[in-house]
Amino acid sequence: MQTKVRVHTTVNGEPAEFLCEPRQSLLECLRDILGLTGAKEGCNDGNCGACTVILDGRPVNSCLVLGVEAEGRTILTIEGVARGNTLHPLQQAFLEQAALQCGVCTPGFIVAAKALLEAEPDPSEARIRQYLANNLCRCTGYDKIVRAVQQAARMLQGVEA
Amino acid sequence: MKWFDYAAPRTLAEAVGLLAAQPGALALAGGTDLLVQMRSGRKSTHLLVDVKHVPEMNELSFDSTRGLTLGAAVPCCRIFEDRAVARVYPALAEVAALIGGTQIQSRASIGGNLCNAAPSADSIPVLIAYSATCTVAGPAGLRRIPAEEFCTAPGRTVLQPGEVLTGLHLPPPPARFGARYLRFIPRNEMDIAVAGAAVSVALDNGAIRAARIALAAVAPTPLLVHEAGVALAGRPVSEETVQAAAEMARAAAQPITDMRGTADYRRHLCAVLTRRALETAIARAREGK
Repeated sequence: MQTKVRVHTTVNGEPAEFLCEPRQSLLECLRDILGLTGAKEGCNDGNCGACTVILDGRPVNSCLVLGVEAEGRTILTIEGVARGNTLHPLQQAFLEQAALQCGVCTPGFIVAAKALLEAEPDPSEARIRQYLANNLCRCTGYDKIVRAVQQAARMLQGVEA
Repeated sequence: MKWFDYAAPRTLAEAVGLLAAQPGALALAGGTDLLVQMRSGRKSTHLLVDVKHVPEMNELSFDSTRGLTLGAAVPCCRIFEDRAVARVYPALAEVAALIGGTQIQSRASIGGNLCNAAPSADSIPVLIAYSATCTVAGPAGLRRIPAEEFCTAPGRTVLQPGEVLTGLHLPPPPARFGARYLRFIPRNEMDIAVAGAAVSVALDNGAIRAARIALAAVAPTPLLVHEAGVALAGRPVSEETVQAAAEMARAAAQPITDMRGTADYRRHLCAVLTRRALETAIARAREGK
């Protein structure tokens, strides 16, 4: 009996309910059912990190989570990172450092970096590079991305506006 | 992916019941290997049994007399963040932080790494070095298997239809014990081992009392170099002993040549990685880590 499953979650602070097939990834559910297209499909096998979301406080590849696994859980996507029209310091820093070219990897980088800075407010450059190793940028803008994360860390600590 | 049904049982009995009643059902833990294999068509099922809500699968507890109980679905991030694991089983904490990247470590479990049975799996040699035993639940009840006997071929394990790995048990380390896993990959993160070596050692008055050496990516399954442990027992801690261990690892390896490296190169790596891992394991044993 092929039955769709109703899933109850919290997405970006709001209750979100969706009906999905068990085989649909959380990424497909976010993009195709809930219309949250910020998380991108890159490799669809856990290597590139473009689909990164925060699931119950942990950064995950949403392509490697089933939508049905999200029952009762809390999800943060790139759409929930800004406060209204006010960019998150990471978003501001990515703009100021020009830390993107094509931009496909950017949502994943920002969400993963947010998880890092919440766990470790003042990471070293080596730690930033290691933590973000699951995020690939094929325009090869890593230096600027790392500088943006460093700037955001300073902004979040109130060292720099 | 082909259609499958999904169940998230809350008890081990319920999980085993589902897996036993539905031939071809697969257990899902972190899904970082399984979902990729299902998407590519390498594996398929009509029922996926998510075991992450089964309490036994989520247990992570240390007791100085009983050792470490590690549920099969505990994600790597919980392992390397655990203070007792970092203090008592540092090589386990290190390997949990080595598999995949941050996002993978949020989901992937050591139990899943074991059940996936890749010859190159990083965590399995570590489990072998720590003398871990695997607890398997099935319709006939529980059985326990040494970690070195769990994998039988690439992607194959001792699990019978209806059986599921529930967890791992690592005995409490004896006094003056140390362990270390080292692998070689061409980049710094997010890669598959060309070769790997896990070593554990227990010292006694300047001599090796017991040692275990296990290798990754140089045989159809993770490989316990049993003869090295036997030969090292009783030998003094010295440069010669370390070199002898390295040569035994080189001799035991049965590597193939593939895109990641030639067989000769892998044999060379086994010697180098074993020597370096043993040196660190000895240093840790002396420091009481």
